[in-house]
Amino acid sequence: MDRKIRVLVAKPGLDGHDRGAKVVASALRDAGMEVIYTGLHQTPEGIVEAAVQEDVDVVGLSVLSGAHMTLFPRIVELLREAGVEGMLIIGGGIIPADDHEFLREKGVEKVFTPGAPTSEIVDYIRSWFEKRKTV
Amino acid sequence: MFDSEEIKRISGQKKRWQKDLPDCSAAGPFETVSGAPVEFLCTPEDVRELDYTRDLGFPGMYPYTRGAYGTMYRGRQWTMRQFSGFGSAADTNRRFHFLLEKGQTGLSTAFDMPTIMGFDSDHARSLGEVGKCGVAIDSLEDMETLFRGIPLDRVSTSMTINAPAAILLALYIAVGEKQGVPSARLQGTIQNDILKEYMAQKSWIFPPGPSMRIITDILAFCTEHVPKWNTISISGYHIREAGSTALQELAFTLADGFAYVEAGIAAGLDVDDFAPRLSHFFNAHLDFFEEIAKYRAARRIWARHMKEKYGAKKPESLRLRFHTQTAGCSLTAQQPENNIVRTAFEALSAVLGGTQSLHTNSMDETLALPSEKAVTIALRTQQIIASETGVANTVDPLAGSYLLESLTSRLEQGAEEYFRKIESLGGVIAALEKGFFQTEISRAAYRYQLAIEKKARIVVGVNEYVQPDENLDIDLLEIDRCVEEDQVKRLKVLRERRDNGAVGQSLEALRSAAGGSDNMMPRFLDCARCYATEGEIIDVLREEFGEYKDPKFF
Repeated sequence: MDRKIRVLVAKPGLDGHDRGAKVVASALRDAGMEVIYTGLHQTPEGIVEAAVQEDVDVVGLSVLSGAHMTLFPRIVELLREAGVEGMLIIGGGIIPADDHEFLREKGVEKVFTPGAPTSEIVDYIRSWFEKRKTV
Repeated sequence: MFDSEEIKRISGQKKRWQKDLPDCSAAGPFETVSGAPVEFLCTPEDVRELDYTRDLGFPGMYPYTRGAYGTMYRGRQWTMRQFSGFGSAADTNRRFHFLLEKGQTGLSTAFDMPTIMGFDSDHARSLGEVGKCGVAIDSLEDMETLFRGIPLDRVSTSMTINAPAAILLALYIAVGEKQGVPSARLQGTIQNDILKEYMAQKSWIFPPGPSMRIITDILAFCTEHVPKWNTISISGYHIREAGSTALQELAFTLADGFAYVEAGIAAGLDVDDFAPRLSHFFNAHLDFFEEIAKYRAARRIWARHMKEKYGAKKPESLRLRFHTQTAGCSLTAQQPENNIVRTAFEALSAVLGGTQSLHTNSMDETLALPSEKAVTIALRTQQIIASETGVANTVDPLAGSYLLESLTSRLEQGAEEYFRKIESLGGVIAALEKGFFQTEISRAAYRYQLAIEKKARIVVGVNEYVQPDENLDIDLLEIDRCVEEDQVKRLKVLRERRDNGAVGQSLEALRSAAGGSDNMMPRFLDCARCYATEGEIIDVLREEFGEYKDPKFF
């Protein structure tokens, strides 16, 4: 049997809105993935440390305070500095469409915004994982 | 209200009427937005237990089911209070003036995350967050700018601030002093509801014990020095936004309220001295009748407990006054103009439920902070309800509806069950430590999401009536990146210019109050007056009280 996909659901920054992160975490778990939730108010350094230590395949970042343009790129940068390769970084929250391209350039592969069904996130992660295996 | 013979007769008639109806159960399930079953048709049977004088009475009279005040909106219209704050204090001051010119009648301040979490704008944790989802306030200097040209003896100001509430209140009092307005004449509200932070909103700093002490210090201080101030806005809004049902919102909010009352009494205060200044804050979600019933049930439960359990005697202690905000979580990023309609229905339910003040959300809030155009439409929505629909002419117009009265009673009974459960867990703080509220809320949120994904619940524009080629065409408010840089620069200048000796002394005086049992409010005021920053003040308390960490229940 295939091994389980390991996902870190992370809340960087100072906002306490964890409804979305927890709903996504529950949905990924129900879809058979191994989910680690960081809890709130994490620093970029703390998230990178958790991602490395837990040896995850995917990091899902959630920010609803508007600080995504600073925090998301910082986390990707720190992951690269830590020598991490082939990890999928995705994000979600109140993130205006105009910011998506910039975040992609910085290494956040995909941004999910309000109204995105959890099944879409599950499918996205699964198909990325399949593709990675075949490479 | 009906005798048992008549109920029996009606019951028989209903059965005969139902017998010939086609079966519609396949079209269901018929549930409220909270998942509570809904009756197809209500009759006197559903309100057979209702006693008019005991359960409803008259507006402004015990048990206040029909309204907090006798004259309700004829005596005084609800306050139209749009929550706003972004960027620098000067940016938000301009938005305040804009809203007051458009006919808004009270102010409501949103702070940025660093202010809410007790970090100065130049702290490493504040990077990227300054001025983003509210206004950045570091010291009295920013607070003076925020209220420039706004006479504090003539507006009432609500501040959405919790863990650092005492400090923001001190800053507000200090601005009043500068304007020549004594604290006794200041009117407004600090949210100051830390229990719902642990449950739902999650903007905490200190552990529950010291947090409750700060709150009782505020209660004692305001009773004496700021008598017109609402000291706690006991909030269900965030509990609902975090995903709870209407019943959970009602029960958990009131349980928090009773916990504050018990803390005040335990701190040696007379319940009738501080209870009149407690106010409430509820969410207005989309399920129209359930929401109206929720507000009515809240008033009745509060009055009954305050009188019977806590021995309050003053009418002001028994009557529950509340602010309402329409449900941010009901808005959609898809076809955002539809949010205007959602908000209007939600606002209407709040008015029919007898709210004292109201914030209507703007259509663009799932995308960014509201633009001026969006916030104007939101305010106009309230003005249309007030001036054009006629709903405010009669007090509690839906009273006596079989459906509404049965919903009201059912919510009250459901809340009482939750109170017993919380009691059996050892009270609110013990239940929090066990993760009771957190898991109840996150499970409800997940159930709601699954219902949408299975299309058991339709959300227009999201899972039905979708426009796949939708091209978003609305202007969004953007926060300039230089807001953070400018704020950090201003803070640097302030730290050089102020009397740092006085700052050090006031912080040390605070430290010794925090370590002992003296009321900390006078010390916060001294710190505020000499331009100590919020972060410096909070750091002293962090050292004395420790910090709370997310227990990560879900």
